[in-house]
Amino acid sequence: MTKKRIVHYINQFFAGIGGEEKADVKPEKRDGVVGPGMAFKGQLADVAEIVGTVICGDSYFNENEAEASETVLEMIKSYDPDLVIVGPSFNAGRYGVAAGAVAKLVDTNLHLPVVGGMYPENPGFELYRKNGYFVEVGNSAATMRKAIPAMSDVVKQIINGNKEITGYMPKGLRENVFREERGSKRAVDMLVDKLNGKEFTTEYPMPTFDRVDPAPAVKDITKARIALVSSGGPVPKGNPDHIESSSASKYGKYSLKDIDDFTPENGETAHGGYDPVYANEDLDRVLPVDVIKEMLANGEIGSLHDYWYATVGNGTSVANAKKFGTEIAGQLKKDGVDAVILTST
Amino acid sequence: MVKAIEATGLPIVHMCTIVPISKTVGANRIVPTVAIPYPLGNPELDPKDEKELRRKLVRKALKALETPVTEQTVFS
Repeated sequence: MTKKRIVHYINQFFAGIGGEEKADVKPEKRDGVVGPGMAFKGQLADVAEIVGTVICGDSYFNENEAEASETVLEMIKSYDPDLVIVGPSFNAGRYGVAAGAVAKLVDTNLHLPVVGGMYPENPGFELYRKNGYFVEVGNSAATMRKAIPAMSDVVKQIINGNKEITGYMPKGLRENVFREERGSKRAVDMLVDKLNGKEFTTEYPMPTFDRVDPAPAVKDITKARIALVSSGGPVPKGNPDHIESSSASKYGKYSLKDIDDFTPENGETAHGGYDPVYANEDLDRVLPVDVIKEMLANGEIGSLHDYWYATVGNGTSVANAKKFGTEIAGQLKKDGVDAVILTST
Repeated sequence: MVKAIEATGLPIVHMCTIVPISKTVGANRIVPTVAIPYPLGNPELDPKDEKELRRKLVRKALKALETPVTEQTVFS
């Protein structure tokens, strides 16, 4: 098998030209390996050769993107590669963005596979994840020794023509495929394998969710200040803030001062993901204002935060939900709230 | 939202109907409720009984807030 041709893109720092003070150097190309390319060469010796290295200063690339892009693309093309490696760029923001932009150039103009390495929070990953196979690496160059083999592994899988490539962060792409057997049969087969303790491969991996430690319990609820929050869309009649019925972009904050009991006249739901008839008839069914006011009056709770907070949890992005939660919590803490009841539909 | 609020150190109880979702998302104190369109009510009941049902659920939630937990706990 003839060895595949690889071009490697790196910045001025990894080329040994210099640090920040040299970040404005223009693109240049050198035959063969430079810097971390040496380690890739060792890993890939059996299947590929790094025929050239293209170098550009991070600041130069980002400040002169149009010009730099054109030059870098021409330089890469001049080596007639089969695959391009960018980075690894760890958590270096400008390097990551430049490496990602180079991935996009190669992907869209040359239609060649690109392998990169980035720390997941590198902005270059979010921007260009669709344009290459980006392997998760550590946040600094101290993790280079781990990054090189992981990236090389993906390069080898591509060169081998593997149907399913693993070891990179999801690109966020969906692809339509046709299977011999219909979904119901495949699902039952998986279940049977699972019951028999056999290995099975899910077709839809569950996203991983981070966890939060339980907050300490309230010592005495009859002395505690309680707040009400809901993702079920309970809003004053007329939905004054126009909270969207799905994919909410905001939450509302509404006074509890004048409401002791919800009626069809003073409250409704903004939620578009369930039948609103019962909530519009009596919104206490979503946000229990009537009983909480009663409990406040008879001393079952110490006090009540003056407002309720509501959004619509229907297709709302996790990022927005998180943002709403953090902002609401900030307001609650400022008011000395001790505990929260959050209702969902 | 539940998690973002709890992350600030405020104890929070999630009252919801679909407990598996609440568990997957990561609520630590969960009180299961009646139905999706009326978590804290039941239109089949007469108003007095419906309010009593709601009172019981909220008391359960307050109890949950008073209960120390070390892992995800469903108060049913």
